[in-house]
Amino acid sequence: MDTHIYDMGDIDIAWCPGCGNYSILKIVKLALAELDIKPHELVLVSGIGQAAKIPHYFRTNFFNGLHGRAIPPATAIKAVNPGLTVIAESGDGDMYGEGGNHFIHAIRRNPDITNIVHNNMVYGLTKGQASPTSQLGFRTPVQVKGVFLEPLNPIALAIALDASFVARAYAGDIEQSKVIIEEAISHKGFALVDVFHPCVSFNKVNTHGWFKEHTYYLDDSHDPLNRLNAFQKAIEKERLPLGIFYKNPGKPTFEENVGLYKQDKTPLSFREKERGARLVNLIRSKK
Amino acid sequence: MSNKFAPDNSDVSVVLCGQAGQGIQTVERILVRLLKLSGFNVFATKEYMSRVRGGSNSTEIRVSSQRISAFVDRMDILIPFHKGALNHVQKRISPQTLILGDEEIIPDDFQTSGNRYVPVPFAQIASELGGKIFVNIVAAGVVTGMFQVEQSLLGNFIRKFFAEKSGEVVQKNIEAIKRGWEIGRKLLDSQKSRLESWKKQDVSEQILLSGAEAVGLGALAGGCNFLSSYPMSPSTGVMVFLSQQMDEFDLIVEQAEDEISAVNMALGASYAGARAMVTTSGGGFALMTEGVSLAGMTEIPVVIHLAQRPGPATGLPTRTEQADLELALYSGHGEFPRVIFSPGRLEDAFFLTQKAFNLADKYQIPVFILTDQYFMDSYANLPLLDASSAKMEKFIVRTKKGYRRYELTEDGISPRGIPGLGEGLVGVDSDEHDLEAHITEDLDLRKRMVEKRLKKLDSIQKDIVPPELFGSNDYKILVVGWGSTYGVIREALEKLGREDTAFLHFKQVYPLHEKTRDYLEKAERTIIIENNATSQFARLIKLYAGVDIEARILKYNGLAFSVEEVRARLKDIIG
Repeated sequence: MDTHIYDMGDIDIAWCPGCGNYSILKIVKLALAELDIKPHELVLVSGIGQAAKIPHYFRTNFFNGLHGRAIPPATAIKAVNPGLTVIAESGDGDMYGEGGNHFIHAIRRNPDITNIVHNNMVYGLTKGQASPTSQLGFRTPVQVKGVFLEPLNPIALAIALDASFVARAYAGDIEQSKVIIEEAISHKGFALVDVFHPCVSFNKVNTHGWFKEHTYYLDDSHDPLNRLNAFQKAIEKERLPLGIFYKNPGKPTFEENVGLYKQDKTPLSFREKERGARLVNLIRSKK
Repeated sequence: MSNKFAPDNSDVSVVLCGQAGQGIQTVERILVRLLKLSGFNVFATKEYMSRVRGGSNSTEIRVSSQRISAFVDRMDILIPFHKGALNHVQKRISPQTLILGDEEIIPDDFQTSGNRYVPVPFAQIASELGGKIFVNIVAAGVVTGMFQVEQSLLGNFIRKFFAEKSGEVVQKNIEAIKRGWEIGRKLLDSQKSRLESWKKQDVSEQILLSGAEAVGLGALAGGCNFLSSYPMSPSTGVMVFLSQQMDEFDLIVEQAEDEISAVNMALGASYAGARAMVTTSGGGFALMTEGVSLAGMTEIPVVIHLAQRPGPATGLPTRTEQADLELALYSGHGEFPRVIFSPGRLEDAFFLTQKAFNLADKYQIPVFILTDQYFMDSYANLPLLDASSAKMEKFIVRTKKGYRRYELTEDGISPRGIPGLGEGLVGVDSDEHDLEAHITEDLDLRKRMVEKRLKKLDSIQKDIVPPELFGSNDYKILVVGWGSTYGVIREALEKLGREDTAFLHFKQVYPLHEKTRDYLEKAERTIIIENNATSQFARLIKLYAGVDIEARILKYNGLAFSVEEVRARLKDIIG
C-alpha cells in the first residue's frame, strides 16, 4: 500500500524545519502502509505537545485528547472495538511526565495498542524546559542549575513491569525504525517504542550527531525473550542500545481479559443485543 | 409500661448500633429482606465511621404498613451491640425506646433509670452456638420474632443468604436466627403488642433496592456498556453492582489507576461507540473535571454519577452532604452545555440514569446524576420497575466518505459517527477545531464553534424534567428541595399537616425548568431545605430563575435530615 493514502495534502504544519517529528511521521506511515492497515481501520490517539499534533498531519480516525491522557482513551477504544488498530503516540513529556501513571498501569493492563513516544529529551511546545528524559546537567531557562533529577528510563521501567514489547528506535534511521514499528504494531499486547529524535530548536546537546555517536543497535546475539539480559541492556549508559529489547508474547491482553470476546467477536461498539428480557429478570431477582 | 412497641404501631423504627466489624450490615440485609418477604414495607439507612473495625455505627430499619423513605430520629427498638452504643445514639433514646441487649454492655445506672430495658443474653446464646460471631444473627432473629416473621421462612432464607458458606456455618446461623426468633416471640407476648392486628400490605411482588442498585439498574436500562472508575465512598456501590453484571449484560467495568484515567477511558470508549459512565465522589470528581471539559469540547457523550459526601478535601468520607452541586455545575474550564439530575426516589434514580444515557447521546454532552451517601446507602421496597418503558435511544450514524465530525447544523448537533462504522473518518480534538476536528486558530471559526456547542442548550430545554409539586395547588407556603431529601421533606410535611404548604421537588437541578419561576412567585413564602451550609440550590434558582428564596433550612454536620428535625424547623419558620 502507498503511504499517500494517509497524506493530508497541502496543510500547514506546526513543527520546526528539520524537526525529528517529520521523520517519525514518515516512518509510522511507511510501517502502516507495509502492514496494509487502511485509514478507516486505524485510530491515532495523542495528548498534548508538539509530537501530539501528529494526528493533524495524518488522514485517519483520531482522538487528540488532553495532556498526558493518550493512553486511557486508546485503551478503551481498543477494548470496545478490537478490530481497530490503535496507536497512542505523543512526546516524552506527555507520556512519561504528565501521563506517567497511565503509562505504568497500561503496561500492567496490557491492552493491544502501540505506544510510540517521540523522545527528544526536552519540552518543545512550552519552549525548552526539561522533560522527564532530559539528561543530568541539561540547562534550560527553568533548570538554570542544570537538571538534577535522575532521567526517567522508559525502557528499564517497562521491562521492570514485564511489558509485553519494549523497543527503542532512532528517527534518523528510517529503514530500521520502520521495521521496529512494524513489529510493534503487529505484536499482540502493549508495545512501547521509544523513538529518539533531536529537537532542533531547544535541545542543542542531544543532536543528530550526538545520537549517532551515543547509540548502537542490539545485534542478533541479543535474545529479546530474556528479561534479565534485556534489563541489563536497558540500563547501559555510555552508549544507548536501539532495537527490540524485550518481548513477552504470551501475556493475555486487556481485551482478552475482560472476557467479552471469547465467543462473540463482534466489537462491543456494534453489539445490538436487546437487554429488555435480561433486565426484567434482574429487576425481578430483587424481590 | 406501654403495651405498644411504638407510639404508632404501624410504623416501627428499629435501630442496631455496633462497632465496625460486628456485622450490623449483615443484620440489616437479612432483616430488610425477611421483613419485606413477610409483607412489611421497609426502609433502611445507615450512618457509619470511616474505619474497618471499631467505632460506633448505626443502622435504622423502619418497618411500616405504608411505603416510607425517610430517616427518623425516633428509635422504637434499639439493639446495642457494644458498650459505646448507648452513648453513640444517646440523644435519640426516649422513654419509649425499648432497649434489648446484653446486661454487660448496658451501664448499671442506665438499667435503673426508668428506661424500657429488657436484658437479652445475646453473647451467651452466641457462645453456646460456637462464638461471638453469631451475636448479630441472634439479634436478627429477635427482631423477626417480634414482627412475627413465619418461623418456616428462616431456614431457607439463611441457606440462600449464606449460600457460599460451609454447611456447618449455615446450620449454626439457622440455629442462631431461630434461637433469636423464640426470644422475640416471647418478648412480643410479654409486651402484649398490638402488632398482632397490624394490617400488612402485599409487598411480595415489590422489589428491594438500594440507591446504588437503582442507579446501576438505570445505567443498564440506558444501555451502559462501559464503566471506568476508581473506588471511592460512597460511589463505589454502583461500580460493584455493575461489575456483577459484566457477563450477563456485555459490559466492561474497569478499575482505573486514578479518576483522571477513568474519565479519559470513558471518553475513549464513548468516542468508539460505547455508552460510557463513571461513578465517583467529590475528591475523585475533582480529578475528573478535565475530562468534563474534554467532553464539552469534543462533544463526546458521557454519564457522570457523582455521589456526594462532605468536603472540602477528604472531609467526612462516609457521611452525607449536598454540597457538590456547584462543583458539578461549574466543573470543567470553558463554556459548554450539560445536564444535572438529582433523584429523590429510587424510581427516579432508575429512570433518570436511563434518561441520562439517552440525553448524553442525543446532545453529545456530559450528563450528571447527583446523589449522596444517604441516597446510595438507603434501601427500600418499591413497586416493580417497568423496564419496558426504559427505551434506549440511539443516535450514532454510519458515516460516508467525506464525513466531518463537527458539521455545522441548525441546532448545533452534528451527526455522530464512530471509527470503523462506515466509510468516513472520525476525528475528535481537545483543541478548538475545524469541521473535520483538525486544530485551528481561525478565530471566526472559533466563534462559530462556541455558538454551535452552546446552541444545543436550546434543544435541551424540551427535555428538562419538570419539578414535582406535592400538596395543594393553592399553596401559600412553598417548600423547595432537591435530590435525596425528597422522602424526609414529604413525610415531615405530611406530619405537619398544613394545607397551605406544598413541596416542590427538583429532580433536575440544571438547566432549570421554565416553570420554576411561576411556582416560586405564586407562593407568599418560600423555604428551601438543603443538606449543605450555603444553600447552593437557592443560589442557582436566584441565578437562573431570578427568584430569591426567603428562608433556609440547612444541615451540614455530615448527617442526613430526619423527619422530626425538618418538621420542627419548618414549624419554627411557619409558626
